[in-house]
Amino acid sequence: MKDTQTLNKEEKSVTTTERISGSEAIIRCLLAEGVDLLYGYPGGAIMPVYDELYKFRDQIHHVLARHEQGAAHAAQGYARISGKVGVAIATSGPGATNLITGIADAQIDSTPLVCITGQVASHLLGSDAFQETDIIGISTPVTKWNHQITKASQIPEVIAKAFYIARSGRPGPVLIDITKDAQFEEFDFSYEKCKGVRSYNPVPETDIDDVKAAALLINSAKKPLIVWGQGVILSEAEKELMAVIEKAGIPSAWTILGASAVPTTHPLNVGMVGMHGNYAPNVLTNECDVLIAIGMRFDDRVTGNLDTYAKQAKIIHFEIDPAEIDKNVKTDVAVLGDAKDSLSKLLPLLNPNSHSEWHQQFKDLYAIEYNKVIKDDLHPTKEGLTMGEVLKEINVQSQGNAAIVTDVGQHQMIACRYAEFTTTRSNITSGGLGTMGFALPAAIGAKMSAPERDVVAIIGDGGFQMNIQELGTIFQQKVPVKIVVLNNEFLGMVRQWQQLFFDKRYASTEMINPDFIAIAKGYYIDAQKVTKRTDLKKAVEEMMTSEGPYFLEVAVEKEDNVFPMIPSGASVSDVRLE
Amino acid sequence: MSEEKKLYTVSVYTENNIGLLNRISAIFQRRHLNLDSINISTSEIENVSKWTIVLQLSEERVKKVIGQIEKQIEVIKAYYHTEEETIYQESCLFKIKSHLLFDERQIQNIIKESNARIVTVNKEFFVIEKSGRKEEIELLHRELSVFGIMQFTRSGRIAVTKDEMKISKMLEAFQH
Ligand SMILES: Cc1ncc(C[n+]2csc(CCOP(=O)(O)OP(=O)(O)O)c2C)c(N)n1
Repeated sequence: MKDTQTLNKEEKSVTTTERISGSEAIIRCLLAEGVDLLYGYPGGAIMPVYDELYKFRDQIHHVLARHEQGAAHAAQGYARISGKVGVAIATSGPGATNLITGIADAQIDSTPLVCITGQVASHLLGSDAFQETDIIGISTPVTKWNHQITKASQIPEVIAKAFYIARSGRPGPVLIDITKDAQFEEFDFSYEKCKGVRSYNPVPETDIDDVKAAALLINSAKKPLIVWGQGVILSEAEKELMAVIEKAGIPSAWTILGASAVPTTHPLNVGMVGMHGNYAPNVLTNECDVLIAIGMRFDDRVTGNLDTYAKQAKIIHFEIDPAEIDKNVKTDVAVLGDAKDSLSKLLPLLNPNSHSEWHQQFKDLYAIEYNKVIKDDLHPTKEGLTMGEVLKEINVQSQGNAAIVTDVGQHQMIACRYAEFTTTRSNITSGGLGTMGFALPAAIGAKMSAPERDVVAIIGDGGFQMNIQELGTIFQQKVPVKIVVLNNEFLGMVRQWQQLFFDKRYASTEMINPDFIAIAKGYYIDAQKVTKRTDLKKAVEEMMTSEGPYFLEVAVEKEDNVFPMIPSGASVSDVRLE
Repeated sequence: MSEEKKLYTVSVYTENNIGLLNRISAIFQRRHLNLDSINISTSEIENVSKWTIVLQLSEERVKKVIGQIEKQIEVIKAYYHTEEETIYQESCLFKIKSHLLFDERQIQNIIKESNARIVTVNKEFFVIEKSGRKEEIELLHRELSVFGIMQFTRSGRIAVTKDEMKISKMLEAFQH
């Protein structure tokens, strides 16, 4: 994978030797890796590092989160919008365990993170010392790699390896746990970037014969369908994907994490697949003759019941991670390698085509979805506000240029369905883990990473309260994020399931909410609440044009549902429109 | 691919690192896979560990497990083999009261016929060691349990493959 962070900062590699403390070495390593921004929270076992952060504060900006989970998600947001490695730092024990949700989220969504935790002094390891937790043991199943450092001399090599592993191949989170004595210890420091790990092959080489086999299938297909995922974004293969789509005239759909890799309005972009995806690509998954999966992993939220998933189709899988091949869906042709590389090899082998009849089927089904669902979502005639019309207003006023950061629930599905993306890396959401509380801190990281972009967080009233404390970070750091809470006074998505599958027994899903405006204002954030349709446009306008952070609460219909929907366990083609 | 469960020997070559045991065992634990045995030792290459894991699984699942194992950063390579493709042994120890060696003449015959070996004898007990296949060890266990066994323990399987493992060349390259 191309890594601008690595290339640009190459000159920073330190080669001379100097006697310094372990904690200073940690900062020097971060600087050598091009890190100028990190998120964290101090505490006893990491204090030597914070002392160095103070000394280096002109070169590296530490953002004090209000909770370590917030720091981890902020680092994720930073990584997702930029492709660079996000860094989060915390103390031992509770500080470290509070990072875990963010780490698990990064693991399942392939987000490059380096997390550094302090640890009790090495002679206390295993003694149940104050704030000792086995964070290596705890984080093992949710990290791409982790390592405990007990000697200062190990710091440069391990940190270099951590960054290399986090960003290369299929990216992921790495945790480095450093004992306090190693932070104090002095040693002869020198730094060299990691160029490879002998037991680790990040990018399997693309076999041209596999590409040829794929091209053969695609060229002979009558009804080909592309489903792309985040792999396209991670490998920066957006242009190559677009070229393939356009040359071969293939209707193309995306998974939730693949959103924004191709502009929403592109004529061959046929929408999102999966549980709340669009009608046409879901139904026609079970009618296509060749399914071309690119950088996606056939998650169950995408496939529905595997026994009835695209059984009629030949399956081609472009994938960087060999463990994903045949994991959920048996492939006919697997093309291993980096998507950018394999798609550029594929392109010259493809015959130009238009597949216009096949494409018409998508248009026909879209018309059905439009009449049954989209029309009422975007142009409601009932009194209550819909989530969809809020998104539509944001589209109009941002001209599709905003990065949309979503939390988890109904608002997330609505946002991903209706946001109009013009630029890649514009949809930042917790896909694989579905972590409520993700959006507010992730938006902070995204905005700080890409200050030139508008970053709009779309959050439910439930998820907003899961990391609401990060309003403090926004205030202190003056991060001009735009926060939209779509308040339905319910844990909406769970309520929807209760309505549809549990006879409307609304067990613990109703929310008696506080005065969110007062809370936002308590953090000195400009805020406004909209309850009437007539006020929406102006409120969104005020938000989009505000200089500083802005909080907009929209009171939406309490019991609206998100459709289409594939009930869990059902087939993709049994997607329900009502 | 066959859904039928079979006994597979999984061989994993890894870096010799603390923490890897946790990482590998988590792969099995998450999928509710029970291991028949696991053995970790040095390999033919310095600083490279070889794991021998035996488990009962369908070929389709064993392939997926191999994928998950190989995905771990410090795993160099993982393979799976059937019974026919490997030469394998287990080892066991029996601790038995010494007087039985003289009171029960038959014990000496059993030891001799099973190719077991007496490791040590003292006034109170003697220890027999036997290496072989699982069934041979089970047979010996059955035969000796008639007389009473003070302690018994059996090792995990260790195995080498009949065919060359492609790993050997890859590992050789590491040494340079
Ligand atoms: C940390 C966490 N806990 C629980 C859930 C289960 N869950 C999924 S969606 C949802 C409701 C979200 O409600 P809200 O934030 O108000 O958003 P809405 O669905 O109403 O848009 C819940 C509880 C989750 N995804 N994450």
